[in-house]
Amino acid sequence: MNGRRLWAIVVKELRQLRRDRITLAMVVGIPVIQLVLFGYAINTNLRGLDAGIVDQANTAGSRALVMDMLATGVVAPVAQADTPQELMAMIRRGQVGIGIVVPPDFERRRIDGRAVAQILVDGSDTAVQAAAAQLMQVPIDSAAPDMRAPATSTPVGGRISMVAFYNPQRRSAVNIVPGLIGVILTMTMVLFTAIAIVRERERGNMELLIATPLTSSELMIGKVLPYVAIGLVQTSVILALGTWLFAVPILGSVLDVYLASGLLILANLALGLLISTRAQSQFQAMQMTFFVFLPSILLSGFMFPFAGMPKLVQWLAEVLPLTHFLRLIRGVMLRGAGLWEMWLDVLALAVFTLAMMALAILRFRKRLD
Amino acid sequence: MNAGAEGVAIRARGLTRRFGKLVAVDHVDLDVPARRVYGFLGPNGSGKSTTIRMLCGLLTPSEGEIEVLGLKIPAQADELRSHIGYMTQKFSLFEDLGVRENLEFLAAIQGVPKTKTKRRVDELIEQYHFGDRQRQLAGTLSGGQKQRLALACAVLHEPQLLFLDEPTSAVDPESRRDFWEKLFELADAGTTLLVSTHLMDEAERCHRLAILDRGALVADGTPRELTAQLEGRTFTVETDDPRAAQRALAGVAGVLGVAQVGNILRVLTDADGATPDMDKALATTGHQAALTATPPNLEDVFVAATRRDAERAA
Repeated sequence: MNGRRLWAIVVKELRQLRRDRITLAMVVGIPVIQLVLFGYAINTNLRGLDAGIVDQANTAGSRALVMDMLATGVVAPVAQADTPQELMAMIRRGQVGIGIVVPPDFERRRIDGRAVAQILVDGSDTAVQAAAAQLMQVPIDSAAPDMRAPATSTPVGGRISMVAFYNPQRRSAVNIVPGLIGVILTMTMVLFTAIAIVRERERGNMELLIATPLTSSELMIGKVLPYVAIGLVQTSVILALGTWLFAVPILGSVLDVYLASGLLILANLALGLLISTRAQSQFQAMQMTFFVFLPSILLSGFMFPFAGMPKLVQWLAEVLPLTHFLRLIRGVMLRGAGLWEMWLDVLALAVFTLAMMALAILRFRKRLD
Repeated sequence: MNAGAEGVAIRARGLTRRFGKLVAVDHVDLDVPARRVYGFLGPNGSGKSTTIRMLCGLLTPSEGEIEVLGLKIPAQADELRSHIGYMTQKFSLFEDLGVRENLEFLAAIQGVPKTKTKRRVDELIEQYHFGDRQRQLAGTLSGGQKQRLALACAVLHEPQLLFLDEPTSAVDPESRRDFWEKLFELADAGTTLLVSTHLMDEAERCHRLAILDRGALVADGTPRELTAQLEGRTFTVETDDPRAAQRALAGVAGVLGVAQVGNILRVLTDADGATPDMDKALATTGHQAALTATPPNLEDVFVAATRRDAERAA
């Protein structure tokens, strides 16, 4: 081991690094941004879950019960419904994760000592299911509240029943496998196209191509199409394994599953292309891909419940294609929802794809300067 | 498409390109006649590639006007692309595609009609001697074979104008000779070729050439015209100690360049000549030295042109 030679390598590496601006930015950027973001965002103690409420009794007592449940902070009311059926449709669409149903005979049930309310939970997210259980602990007075002094009240637990739909056994595979389709597609698809243009630039193919009548759109769209097929093959493999090995149900239509996957594939390929027009080397393209991949996994709701994140981070996560895909795929596979019921997420993915594709085509110049 | 007025394929006036502070190409005027092999001679970094890239519309000039095949560049660059072939300095075909696959791919990209593609590709494979290696991956070809394949791909769509950027820099002399045969065949068939090179023997083969030095056009003409200007100004010196003779001659006023070629020195003087002074200088070395006049070659032209330019700059 020669100290001078060793030092020469160290100095050379540092010099090269200094000239690679993006890598340098990543050296500082990855830890700072990701740590701050995830430190605040990842919160396994769920609060403020979107809830829908049906209060068919609409008495002072039933309103007080609902207020008590809201006071726990576990749920936040986002929708009112008239019937439990309406509430279940909201859950299927993914509009709310939890439903609170107070039946018309609430007062009688309260006096009889029967269950006075029911909580409907979207069991396709096991974390939501666990959080909802807290609502069952809200105390119920057996008599009308104005009849007795608060100090002598004897709250009784277990008077609120809970029904978990879609994954009552809380099997985590059921929750994870559909999401895994999205994670795997995000990881592979972005990288495929992120490298596509840079590689040709590095190998010198690009100078040849731009001197031909080939247009930017032809090049960009042509680079995307073959990978759509590859992505759909990947989707099929995961679906097949998920069904055979983990008995993950596909309650909705298989066509919808493929349509949703196709949308995510296109969104990711378009994002990859945009990265590709920006990156100077394949290494930089991989770094940028990773920079997008990590938040996708952590913020989309795949690993940690979306509902548990601060509003600001939720808005940020709305930009990630995986967030929308997760809602779609869980809706279709686990809750039997149709894609059209979640059209907002379909639209988000389509808009994202078009925007990224347009940016990539605009950014790509058929010039060397 | 017409090749502009008076059979001129390329016309450029005041062509300039700056990269930051560096002036890579400095007010170059060019007239490239159609159906000829036109050479761009110059050392590395003299602006040959930058000029070619501007002419085919890949780089936007900082200043100046370009007309190629009657089209204004860069404004009409898209229209131009189907009429030109461009062979880049670095091998730019797909190394992980086979010979035939590369040709078929470019045929589609260049818009060769589907019905004609197979015939055209077969024809090129035959002409460019790839009959026995149609399936071989381009990345595994030798330097000369790669060059041939690149040329075949550049002429696939039978362009009117071919830009070749240092096409034979990585090729042995044998392959280079074959390659130039192909270029002349193309010129005979009516193609205009613009070839950049830093090799004198290649420059000599061109019908006409321009010499570039540090971004400026320093000489322009047929090889014969260019060498004729130096008639009477080139000499050889035969001596036992060429190194000493070279040192002695370098100090003589009027001597523009002294280069050692084996045991012989090649001397270039300015227009006034300096024979008596040179004889005197050689005598001081204490060795026998014979000074003889010799016909000028392109290297002399190059030295004379770049030297004059350097003096003007100084």
